[in-house]
Amino acid sequence: MNFDLTEERQMLQDGLRRLLGDVTDLKALSEGEYGWSGKSWAALAEMGVIGALFSEEEGGFGGAGFDLMVVFEEMGRAGAPEPLLEVVLAGSLVSRLGTEEQKAHLEGVIAGETQLAFAHGEPGSRYDLERVAAEARQDGDGWVLSGRKSVVTNGGEADLLVISARVSGEVGDRDGIALFLVPKGTDGLDVRDYPLAGGGRGAELAMEDLHLPADALLGEAGKAFEAIEAVNARATCALAAEALGLMERAKKLTVDYLGQRTQFGRPIGAFQALQFRMADLLIEVEQARSAVINLAGHLEDARADRELHVSATKQLVGQTTKLVVEEAIQLHGGIGMTMEYDLGHFARRLTMTEHRLGDTLYHLGRFSRLRAA
Amino acid sequence: MDLTYSDAQTAFRNDLQAYLDERLPKRISDKVRLGTRLTKEDFDEWHAILQERNWYAGHWPKEHGGAGWDAVQRHIFEEVTTAAHAPRVVPFGVTMLGPVLLKFGNDAQKAHWLPKILSGENWWCQGYSEPGAGSDLASLKTEAVRDGDHYVVNGQKTWTTLAQYADHIFCLVRTSKEGKKQEGISFLLIDMDDPGIEVRPIVLIDGEAEVNEVWFKDVRVPVENLVGEENKGWTIAKYLLTHERTNIAGVGFASEALSNLKRIAGLEMQNGRPLIEDPLFAAEIARLEIALMAMATTNLRVVSAAADGSAPGAESSMLKVKGTQIRQEINALTRVACGPYAMPFVSEALESGSNVEPVGPDYAMPATATYFNNRKLSIYGGSNEVQRQIIAKTMLEA
Repeated sequence: MNFDLTEERQMLQDGLRRLLGDVTDLKALSEGEYGWSGKSWAALAEMGVIGALFSEEEGGFGGAGFDLMVVFEEMGRAGAPEPLLEVVLAGSLVSRLGTEEQKAHLEGVIAGETQLAFAHGEPGSRYDLERVAAEARQDGDGWVLSGRKSVVTNGGEADLLVISARVSGEVGDRDGIALFLVPKGTDGLDVRDYPLAGGGRGAELAMEDLHLPADALLGEAGKAFEAIEAVNARATCALAAEALGLMERAKKLTVDYLGQRTQFGRPIGAFQALQFRMADLLIEVEQARSAVINLAGHLEDARADRELHVSATKQLVGQTTKLVVEEAIQLHGGIGMTMEYDLGHFARRLTMTEHRLGDTLYHLGRFSRLRAA
Repeated sequence: MDLTYSDAQTAFRNDLQAYLDERLPKRISDKVRLGTRLTKEDFDEWHAILQERNWYAGHWPKEHGGAGWDAVQRHIFEEVTTAAHAPRVVPFGVTMLGPVLLKFGNDAQKAHWLPKILSGENWWCQGYSEPGAGSDLASLKTEAVRDGDHYVVNGQKTWTTLAQYADHIFCLVRTSKEGKKQEGISFLLIDMDDPGIEVRPIVLIDGEAEVNEVWFKDVRVPVENLVGEENKGWTIAKYLLTHERTNIAGVGFASEALSNLKRIAGLEMQNGRPLIEDPLFAAEIARLEIALMAMATTNLRVVSAAADGSAPGAESSMLKVKGTQIRQEINALTRVACGPYAMPFVSEALESGSNVEPVGPDYAMPATATYFNNRKLSIYGGSNEVQRQIIAKTMLEA
């Protein structure tokens, strides 16, 4: 039993914390500039942060659950909006399913030259991974895609998109889903790009007669679900770790504020009613940390066990993010509701983690069904 | 024990409903329903429509242009107007300052200010909180120093809601530093056009700037704008906090928010079925509805006691804590109901008259904005911590 980070991960954590402290412009984020700067992306790549998300066979030097946890907890702690989760999603799909030629893209990804996005969710799919209605039909050697994809994080900026579409079966079938590699700006791909409440940008994609060559197909046509679910598990681990980092920061801001803010002649942190609430917050955040560790440690398990942990972790972390956001704002009072003050950005970003990859109730139901199965 | 309205109350309710059906502009109720931001003109138009029936300040006495409503009638008004998606009546003039003038103002002040509230000529905002005086309001520092026929005001107020629309502000100011801090506070009416006043917007986490900082630099205020006695303003502040807090439970808002939640949960799909059919989600809605049903009766118990003349004590604090908890939980579940479409945030789409298309369903972004905006409910008007303190004090000192 050992819960310490390896020396390499400790170094990654320290370096990343310093780097993000330097490059993350909270002021700009709070003033409504929702994007990220190309400069910070290059710095992340240079430090090897993107490489840490991939195994050695994939051209990186990490790729395990605890690597994801270290990286994303620091991203969260800094409130950084860079689209790194898209690398976990789309990058892992390319590495799992890609041909040698397709996998060659990963070199550019790890070097920070290629941005990725995973276009999977649709207007009616909510969090269900198998509800793909967009269609792909064979056309000679190539493919023609049509349909819509919704709230695609980084969809407008990505150089390369992994887009899912159905080649057979009904909406909701696990069989019949295929993945395609689509370069930015391909004819027939209409993109509406917009800011997201938690920072970063999203996009709505409309595909109409989107013609793709045969080699755009990623993996076997119709057999993509298994990989999508496995990659989704990795992304859930990363997102939960990011939420953990965001919670740690919100907690710290609140503790600091309770020590500084004076009312009735003393720091408000001297009031027992508020002390007890902070104590509860600490207990719940430590529970969330354990939940993230659980998932990080079971990412390579067999499917049934892995997915049980996915839902357990997302459920518990989601529940805790709501508590932390609401208590942090309440304990601050009015100042906690302003965008001038750092907490505003953290509260928004933290809240939005519940709207990706399944919310608390979704995973509560999914956990009980998986347990009963 | 009778849980139903009397015949007279039912007749009033029907009369009000018929008037709303006929006169509430659809353009305005659509904005309220969709969560689009209202302009000053929208509020003014609505206030004027109400005032045709003396319903803008319905709780004021008839001789001052009100309708002489009791607490039950006020409750019915809130209930019916909220359900019809009418804008809330902006409270600063009619609900806050009006009753203060009626109780503490002199005849000249009543004759001068009350008609201007009703006509909409004056738009008021409230200058209470300061950066260093929130829950500890009595520690406020904005200073008013007597200089001949004027007070000279210096200092800063904050969290001033809709100050960007207001032309007047009623303020708690410090006129003495002697004795207990509560004993050196006065209640002053100030024209926002006076030189030396500056309004700076504060952007909140929902992206909107509905609150402001208001700065005072050597602002000269005529002494006749002092309401009540000098250094007795704290009495007025307390009066406002305990007596003019109808609708503090927000039952009408909560009912409306609950219907909206159910509507959204019926439109959002999960696994090919409407979300509202998901047993877990349905149970969450049910839990909130059950709480609201009890809350509505708790509210009526207090309203009914107030109509019979009993002075509210800890009850208004109780209503505030429970009422805001329920509303905030409904807002949170509504955000959750919107799924991934709660994430896009195109703030311009919420602006009145904007032609920017929302991303995804039109209810999604307002749900996110409302969730964040209504975190204020448990902070303003005396935070819920302050309310609990009042309740505990009443219990333990009884």
